[in-house]
Amino acid sequence: MTATDMNAEGLRRDEQLERLRLFGLASPALLLVLVILVIPVGWLFYVSFIGADGTFSMENYERMLKRKSYARIFRTTFEVSLLTTGLCILIGYPLAYFMSQLPTRWANLCLITVLLPFWTSLLVRTYAWLVLLQKRGLVNDWAISLGLWDEPLKLVHNLNGTLIGMVHIMLPFLILPVYGAMRAIDRDYLKAAANLGASPRRAFWTVFFPLSTPGLFAGALMVFVLSLGFFVTPAVLGGGKVIMVSMKIVSNIELFVNWGAASALGVVLLVLTIGVLWIASRFLNFEQMTGGGHG
Amino acid sequence: MTNQDALPITVRGVTKTYGDVFALDDVSLDVKSGEFLTLLGPSGSGKTTLLMVLAGFTRPDRGSLKFGTDEVIRKPPHLRDVGMVFQNYALFPHMTVAGNVGYPLRLRKVAKAEIAERVERALETVQLGGYGDRRIDQLSGGQKQRVALARSIVFEPRILLMDEPLSALDKKLRDRMQIELRHLHEKLGMTTVYVTHDQREALTMSDRIAVVNFGRIMQLATPQELYEQPENKFVADFIGDSAFLDVTRSGDTLTAAGTALRTSRAIPDAPDLALMMRPERLHLVSDKPGKDKNVFDATVTELVYQGESYLLYAQLGDGTEVAVRGAMRAGTYTGLPQPGGTVKLGLDAADTVLIAHEG
Amino acid sequence: MIGWFKSPASETQVTHGQRLWLYVFAVITMVLLVTPTLIVIPMSFSDSQYLEFPPDKWSTRWYQHYFGSDEWMRATRTSFKAAILTMLAATPIGVLAAYGLHASRVPFIRPAFILLITPMMVPVVLVAIGAFYAYVKLQILYTMTGLVMAHSLLAIPLVVIVTGSALKSYDMNQENAARSLGAPRWKAFVSITLPQIRFAVVTSALLAFLTSFDEVVIAMFISGGDNPTLTRNMFNALRDQIDPTIASISTIMIVVTTVMMALAQIFGTQRKK
Repeated sequence: MTATDMNAEGLRRDEQLERLRLFGLASPALLLVLVILVIPVGWLFYVSFIGADGTFSMENYERMLKRKSYARIFRTTFEVSLLTTGLCILIGYPLAYFMSQLPTRWANLCLITVLLPFWTSLLVRTYAWLVLLQKRGLVNDWAISLGLWDEPLKLVHNLNGTLIGMVHIMLPFLILPVYGAMRAIDRDYLKAAANLGASPRRAFWTVFFPLSTPGLFAGALMVFVLSLGFFVTPAVLGGGKVIMVSMKIVSNIELFVNWGAASALGVVLLVLTIGVLWIASRFLNFEQMTGGGHG
Repeated sequence: MTNQDALPITVRGVTKTYGDVFALDDVSLDVKSGEFLTLLGPSGSGKTTLLMVLAGFTRPDRGSLKFGTDEVIRKPPHLRDVGMVFQNYALFPHMTVAGNVGYPLRLRKVAKAEIAERVERALETVQLGGYGDRRIDQLSGGQKQRVALARSIVFEPRILLMDEPLSALDKKLRDRMQIELRHLHEKLGMTTVYVTHDQREALTMSDRIAVVNFGRIMQLATPQELYEQPENKFVADFIGDSAFLDVTRSGDTLTAAGTALRTSRAIPDAPDLALMMRPERLHLVSDKPGKDKNVFDATVTELVYQGESYLLYAQLGDGTEVAVRGAMRAGTYTGLPQPGGTVKLGLDAADTVLIAHEG
Repeated sequence: MIGWFKSPASETQVTHGQRLWLYVFAVITMVLLVTPTLIVIPMSFSDSQYLEFPPDKWSTRWYQHYFGSDEWMRATRTSFKAAILTMLAATPIGVLAAYGLHASRVPFIRPAFILLITPMMVPVVLVAIGAFYAYVKLQILYTMTGLVMAHSLLAIPLVVIVTGSALKSYDMNQENAARSLGAPRWKAFVSITLPQIRFAVVTSALLAFLTSFDEVVIAMFISGGDNPTLTRNMFNALRDQIDPTIASISTIMIVVTTVMMALAQIFGTQRKK
């Protein structure tokens, strides 16, 4: 039976070779991620522990805990992210619900409408709000002519402008998963609830809403995580008054060339992001959201 | 398109494990040249795995596989030159019927004119002559089935593999296709290995059947041998319906449900035996049965009208429930004993089959 | 008309009338989602510094300013070049990666997939300063190569997700069938699988293009010197004052996006005979 045993060796080699060759197709992509993301970020992690005098020190992190300006930045970042997420939920959930109740053709039309801003450049959208919200901008002009207020309001270069811009940018991120979850809810559940005696309101809150929460959670999570690290919109619409962690990182490098401080902030931001994602992965099927991976 | 030199298949010692599970456990098998052999078994039995090993899509842990005299176990699928029909046809939707059927010929760099001719011939063989220009989504299930078949034979392979090709069709179509496939095999003569879980299909179409379970071949025999003399309980149970009675041995006498058994069949050399009782072999007897007949006392539990036959369920003395199937003529049904009544069931000695009690 | 208000809108017999507030709200929200972007277009033709709507005086002065500026034109060329190169680089790499992960039986597929998705999950700022740091060391700062590499990093996760998702709903048995008929794996992929995931591949290419074209933060750090991108210049201009030229550039960017999407539709959908 030596012939059979020899085949075992050869077969094993064949299998390994095939596996490697297939996996190898992914190697350029993996290499790129390693070289441009993992290694540099790892290096930044290392740099964050180097003080102004070039030796190992915790001063970058201590600065974050001590200085009041840093505390304010973290608070602002969380505030903006939470407010953005909350507003997106308040506005996006009803819209998603509306879409889920439409016949497919109309729903798809609405979906295109929701996704349209998605395809437009972030910068263009932010700029559009800048123009609309300025003192002599469209919103003020129309509001005054409609008699809503008398003096032009400062709608931009502050928290309000930032929030308006960010909600506008983030809404599609919330609507898509929620809409997807809603669409997947079997209509028969609602019929059963009605049949068992539930009023429309009761049926909604006890049957429909709970079934839509996974999508809602996924969407809210995405909005929150994206808002934490967001740069462009707060930088443009905040006018220097709304300083988020990302902006501080940029100014640390551009203005002060303080790599230690910048990378320490970056590490904290990264840890926060990963932390939030990890907590969420306990509750969600990550692969449902991205639709990738195996099985 | 006759195939004078169909190849025999030799399988030796093929084992495939997934972790601790043996999908195939040291399987050896000889498929004769030009034979129609069916791998029959329940899902998870390993029959599909074995077919995939033959095709080259599943690499076993060890073993030898020969097509004729060539060792092919390490050959990739595209070099094995076997025709294969998949369960869901796997037709290419972005090509026409002719495009699909001509694909293997284009791969083999056959001249364009010859491709067209051979494609048409293949389509005619499966009774789809002239369908070349149709798109795949315009075809019915049965037609897709035939296109898949045409595609797998157009390059004249010497071995044909089929993975439950009829399971997606409705019953009437399936029955008809079984006969057509059988005719096709007789016409083309290529060695065919067919996988199914439907025992009736296997019995209808095969020259020989390999009953598979737990990654092993439980019995390899002709349909008739499998039905009449199963070698173990699994095969007996899987093919046809039957009830089993425990048989006790005392000295030379074999007893089941209180009746001493007379049999003209071979008695397997095993410590534990079971008596196989097929519904159509059992019959109702009067008080004075003839010789060479085993009689069992039973109480009727249920009567079922089945149109062309009846099913009478009865409980034997030891509690086992058996079924008796009989043909129906005018007045038969009303003349049957009612539930609660006692009956005597007879089993001819020639039909008294004993099998080993394992597997 | 009144009847419609009273008619049931869903399984729970809620009427349209009761839901009216929802309909109004939804319509208003959708309008608000779309109009800000679209309004930039007519506003860009306004003669005034403050970009009125509707424009009092129509003019193309901001467009003239844009096309007439060497600086803006150079930046535009850079952005287009980077976007096209990113599309050409990221799409094949991403498609092959998606296929490799899908077909491979290696045990560490899940971690590899997560690694490939990471650039999407990490805040862009971090990627930007990380790349900046690395490029200074590698001396490829401000080069096109460096820019395309960084943008590809951002684009590849999108390509992998879109293509991976298409592969998941694709019947791999067709490739097996092709292989049983005599095609080696690569040929089966090219002749059978690729044509059928064409829409996903084209969409991925489009996404790769737009990701690079619209990208701001990374470009801010690693494009510059001879090769500043359009977005980088736009952002700098925005930080200082509301330059109305940006309105015309924005309009042009919207047009470019629309054209790319139309091209994707044309090349992506199967041709029916």
